[in-house]
Amino acid sequence: MSSAATAETTSPAADAAKSPLARLGSAFVNRLVIIVPYLWLLFFFLIPFVIVFKISLSTTAIAMPPYTPVLDFSGGISGFFGQLKQLGVDNYTWLTEDALYFNAYVTSLIIAAISTVLTLIVGYPIAYGMARAPATIRPTLLMLVILPFWTSFLIRVYAWIGILKPEGLLNQLLLATGVISQPLIILNTYTAIFIGIVYSYLPFMVLPLYSSLEKMDYSLIEAAKDLGCPPTSAFWKITFPLSLPGVIAGCLLVFIPAVGEFVIPDLLGGSQTLMIGKTLWNEFFANRDWPVSSAVAVILLLLLIVPIMLFQQAQARAQEQGR
Amino acid sequence: MKSLGSIRRDFAPWNDPNAKPYIQFDNVTKKFGDFIAVNNLSLTIFEREFFALLGASGCGKSTLLRMLAGFEEPTAGRILLDGQDLRGIPPYRRPVNMMFQSYALFPHMTVENNIAFGLKQEGMPKPDIEKRVAEMLKLVKLEQFAKRKPHQLSGGQRQRVALARSVAKRPKVLLLDEPLGALDKKLREETQFELMDLQQELGLTFVVVTHDQEEAMTMADRIAIMDKGEVMQVATPAEVYEAPTSRFVAHFVGNVNMFEGKVAERAANTTRITGATGAQIVVENGGNTAAGADIVFAIRPEKIKVSSKKPADAVNALEGEVYDVAYLGDMTVYHIRLDDGQMVRASAMNASRVSEDPLTWNDRAWVSFRPDAGVVLAR
Repeated sequence: MSSAATAETTSPAADAAKSPLARLGSAFVNRLVIIVPYLWLLFFFLIPFVIVFKISLSTTAIAMPPYTPVLDFSGGISGFFGQLKQLGVDNYTWLTEDALYFNAYVTSLIIAAISTVLTLIVGYPIAYGMARAPATIRPTLLMLVILPFWTSFLIRVYAWIGILKPEGLLNQLLLATGVISQPLIILNTYTAIFIGIVYSYLPFMVLPLYSSLEKMDYSLIEAAKDLGCPPTSAFWKITFPLSLPGVIAGCLLVFIPAVGEFVIPDLLGGSQTLMIGKTLWNEFFANRDWPVSSAVAVILLLLLIVPIMLFQQAQARAQEQGR
Repeated sequence: MKSLGSIRRDFAPWNDPNAKPYIQFDNVTKKFGDFIAVNNLSLTIFEREFFALLGASGCGKSTLLRMLAGFEEPTAGRILLDGQDLRGIPPYRRPVNMMFQSYALFPHMTVENNIAFGLKQEGMPKPDIEKRVAEMLKLVKLEQFAKRKPHQLSGGQRQRVALARSVAKRPKVLLLDEPLGALDKKLREETQFELMDLQQELGLTFVVVTHDQEEAMTMADRIAIMDKGEVMQVATPAEVYEAPTSRFVAHFVGNVNMFEGKVAERAANTTRITGATGAQIVVENGGNTAAGADIVFAIRPEKIKVSSKKPADAVNALEGEVYDVAYLGDMTVYHIRLDDGQMVRASAMNASRVSEDPLTWNDRAWVSFRPDAGVVLAR
């Protein structure tokens, strides 16, 4: 009787003594889980960005690496601050003085915007067809969309040279069938860039579109028809608005990387086309001007922050709607 | 005046040979590949009727409704609405509206815009649309929810929006596909009466598809009981329950006891049946069965009286033993095993709080019923 009583009194006490520690432990684990993505961002995004930003503020030098050091403590603390004073926005001023950069940014934004619209036009029917296909063959169709990823991006873009060049597959086919009498000049033009971007980024458009179209209840379309809405009108009033989260996600997933695209304009656009990714490459490797190319990169990032934030917002809204 | 069931129906165009049918299914067949969803079915529905299609899932009732709405075209046969053949008319040009089982509310539109959707399609002037929407919101008591989106509403509220949207255009016929299926029991019962009131108020023809017999019995003027793409019986709820024309219908609606047997003797008014195990039953409504025919005698549990002694005046009385008793409050259900082995289910309303003749498990008991209590069906 008494032992039972003591057991009863001691066990809560033991619990009380143990539980704060245990609680602290589990709180730490919980905290750790949240910390991981932040650490990832810190080490793989924020710190590299700060370094790039710092380089963009320094000046070129004939050295290894080819810019005045950013963090050089050889001169002691005062030497470090003296060097900090040498940092300046000269590189940014330079970007505004040479029209080349401005043109490259604007052209990149325009090319990315046009390619995004083209990708949407090509991708929407594909996604729609997939979403309306019998449920049994949908996984296969999905697989087919993802399949090109199994081949290197670079090789796939290279392959387009073979297709688009004056004596390439496309021209041979068109000449042989008599559609044209002169080979079309597509390679090394903006058209080739559009083709390359639409082709390469199509899956990024199709997948989010598919996922929002597939979720849609088909009885909504029937309801619209039932209420007197012809099929085309039902598409614009019901299907399209409901797929908007997918449209926005797809467009941003295409637009954001397309702005900074380097491989496609370099391989398919030739030397005549101007895009910021290529300019950055030239600045970095041909001119070995790391500070200016860093400034180019920083501005590019700032330009893309707006659409990225729009994307985040759209995602958040879509999540709230789906609740 | 005597009638089947406890309701006197004054609205009965189906008994009037001069009444003009409003919706007509003429030998309609619908096949999906090899599967026959609707098999050579003919059916007539009258104006202002509340008509229910009742059946288990896969019996073709929804297909029938979808053909009326225009989402499916019949493989053979024709459907007439107010004399007009509906073949080839797309759903968006049919003067019928449907309330979907999933409600199919447009998630990106407010309650108001959902209700106004059909009216806008019609090209109705804006002030008229606003007036009609306000009217509809009042009708379904959702005035203060006009600006909400569907996902901000409860299930019952969504159901009412769907209803308002489907009647906003004043369709000739309102089709309801399991309209109350997603509601909980209590709300469902309330809504059944609301739907009936609404139908009266608007004076529309309602065709409702349901698998819930109680729902069909409560709301409908007539019920079509369907099985495997065919109509088994079309009748008022009372007729379906009290005078089923087949074993299937008797079984499908409510509980029933079946006695298999033979017609032993036919007289002008009475038929004597010999049960398979020798029980003698005398019935008044023998149908058109001839002497010697194999039949089934079907009788509802509440028509059977259970007592501990043989009632003196009973025409039909069979002896057995109480196998199970369940006290449900408003009534008591007995399972009696007759001496010939047949199980009989009987239920008694507990009209008084005190029972004169309480029974318990394994008591000897008599079951008795009047000669007009059951029906004779072909085997």
